[in-house]
This record gives sequence, C-alpha cells and structure tokens, in this order.
Amino acid sequence: MISFDVLIARTAGLCPVDLHRWISNKWVRPDGDAGHYAFHEIDVARVRLIFELRDDLDVNEAALPVVLSLLDQLYDARRRMRELGDALGDLAPAPLRQALIDRLSGPNAGSNA
Amino acid sequence: MDDPYTTLGVAKTASQDEIRRAYRKLAKKHHPDLNPGDTKAEDHFKKISAANGLLSDADKRGRFDRGEIDAGGQERAAQPSYREHAQGDSGRRYSRAEAPGQGWDGQDFSDIFGTMFSQGRRSGADHRARGDDERYSLTTSFLDAVNGATRRLTLPDGRTLDVKIPAGAVDGVVMRLKGQGGRGLNDGPAGDAMIEIHVAPHPFFERLGQDIRLVLPVTLSEAVLGAAVEVRTPRGKVSMRIPAGSDSGTELRLRGRGVPSTKNQEAGDLYATLRIFVGPPDPALADFLRTWSPETPVDPRRFMEDTP
Repeated sequence: MISFDVLIARTAGLCPVDLHRWISNKWVRPDGDAGHYAFHEIDVARVRLIFELRDDLDVNEAALPVVLSLLDQLYDARRRMRELGDALGDLAPAPLRQALIDRLSGPNAGSNA
Repeated sequence: MDDPYTTLGVAKTASQDEIRRAYRKLAKKHHPDLNPGDTKAEDHFKKISAANGLLSDADKRGRFDRGEIDAGGQERAAQPSYREHAQGDSGRRYSRAEAPGQGWDGQDFSDIFGTMFSQGRRSGADHRARGDDERYSLTTSFLDAVNGATRRLTLPDGRTLDVKIPAGAVDGVVMRLKGQGGRGLNDGPAGDAMIEIHVAPHPFFERLGQDIRLVLPVTLSEAVLGAAVEVRTPRGKVSMRIPAGSDSGTELRLRGRGVPSTKNQEAGDLYATLRIFVGPPDPALADFLRTWSPETPVDPRRFMEDTP
C-alpha cells in the first residue's frame, strides 16, 4: 500500500486536486481518511485507468461516472463468469464439462437448438 | 520492435499534434479495459503506448530520428493493468453489487443459468425494468399554496392523481409521487410522477419568504382618528387596530398571520401597508379644510428638496 503523496509522485501529470476530487466522487476508494489515505494496488491501477481515460481517451469527467460504472459492471460479470467456470471445473464430472464445451463452442453455439 | 511511426500510422514528418491524435484514436480502440479478455488488443495497446511514449516526447523523438536510440527499451515497465486487478478477487473492492465482498446468491444463479443455459435468449423478455419518471406541472392558486390543498390532476393516459400540496409550498417546488410514473417493464416497479408546482399571483397578497404583504386602503378618518378594521389574511379575516394619527405608508404587522408554520419553518407575519383613500369630493370636508390651519404645518415634499 502506498500513500497519497507517493502515488502523486509516481503518476506523471496527475495533480493532487484531481486525485482529491476523484476520491470525493468515490471513483477511487482508498483506505483511511483524508491526510492518511492508503492505496491498494488495485486503487493505484484504477487511478491510472481514470487518468488514461481522461487524458488519453478524451472521456471528460462528466462522462467518467458512466464509463466507470459500465466497466465495474463488466468486471463484475467477468469475475462471476470466472467463478462459475472454476466451480464447474472443480465439481462437474468430465462428461458434463465436455458436453458444455461442445455445446458452447460447437456450430450451434449461441442458439437454442 | 516495430517502427513507432508505423505503429501509430503517422508519417515521419507528422506534427506532435498529429501524433497525439493518432495515439488517442488507437488507444480508444485498443485500451485493455475496453477489451477485456482480448489479449491481442492488450499487446497492441502496449506497442501503441510505447510508440507514443517515444514520439510524444520531442526530445526522445529527435534522438530516435537521428538514430541515437532505438525503439526498443522504450517499452514501459510492465505495470499490471486495471483489468488484471478488477477481474481477480481484489476487484470486488469496486463491485457494483449491493453488498460488495459477498458471494453468490440465488439470484445470480437464476440470472446466469436462466439466460445462459435454459430458456436462453428470449430477446430480453424476462428483463424487468423500472418505469420512467414522468414530469407534470400543476398551477395552483396563491392561497392553496400558502394554506395547503389537495388538487386532482388528470394525466394524459386518463388516470387521475390527487396531489397534496403542502402548506407553504413555493413556486417551482417538485412533488414526487412514488410509483405514479411510467409503468415498469415485465412487472418491474413503476417510476415516479414528478409534479412541479406553479403558484399563480394573487390580486393583493404578495409573498416574501414566510411573510405576506398587502396594501391596506383606509379612509381619512380611520387614519386620523384610529379604528378597528377587518383585514383579509390567507386564513380568513382578522380584526386589526389602526392607531390614531396613522399615515399613508405606515406599516402594521400581524404576527403569525403570514405563511403558516411547517416542519422546517416558523410561521411568517402579515405586513399591512396603509394607503389613505380620500374618496369622492365632499363639500363639508372641503369647507373644513379651507378654514383649517394645522397646528404643526408640514411640507411633505421637503425631503425631495434636500435630495440631489
């Protein structure tokens, strides 16, 4: 975990005012309170993501909550898919796993047939 | 390492601005967080950012053009992208789920198995959605807004809504009627009706915050001799004493007779500003005035002389 100042120093071009605003908008949610924030690795990566979205991808801050919300939902869905896949891998008998693979990757994948 | 100009698709003579625009255009397409699971896009994005890292810096670009440095070695130290955190268990930190950090519940199973394995793709037929909020506008009389009232509103679809206007409602206030808006999709909850209240002006009451003002006409004798008169207030008539020797412009207050008290506001006052009403010509009054010499002569326009 790293502090607010270290994160600012490590991210070229990021100003403290912006990061404070992102925190108060709850786009980034470090541990601790103002003055004593502690950023996990995922928080650091998220700060970089927001920075790239805004400065490289032209997503202005008015649109950022929409983009972040969609990304969060997408990652939720993908995490759940992975968990489901893990669970099927652990619990489903081999013939069922093979049948699932055939069904989902076969020529009829995506249809009800 | 590919030629960074080729990677960004720009000419060697491209301006810094063209390079920036080319990079942004490609980044929008290949950013790994916009292409989760697509490793090709991720590799491509790494090349694009490396090329941009080199060419966006005029100094480095010059050294590259002169052959002093090569394109390799410019690749950024591999930092794990947000994607790698977000899809893992640590991604729960930013989960949109109601109670982050919790595991699966039955709804998740029916969501996934319902759409993925069995009933399949009935083109969203099972999709439940909350109805839209619908906006209406309701004009109310001044007194209904001050005292509170229930007004019936007929909606375009023929439904009627009883809108309870709270006492002391101000112009522009929006009332939200839960569940009275657009119908939900597939048994989803209905939206809300949002009703904006407009207050029509009153012929003689005027509202200023919680206070109400009016101009109260009085006769010459009521002003000179004093009298008890009836005054209209938003909640009926009350008796008010006009002190003897009052003048046009004298302001009298009726405490607590303005906008009634609400949860957050104390009751306001009613202010009556007197205006003397002389009435039609009266020979007796005229005769009296011709022979009358005031005890203290006054010049009511004096202040105008003294003011530039």
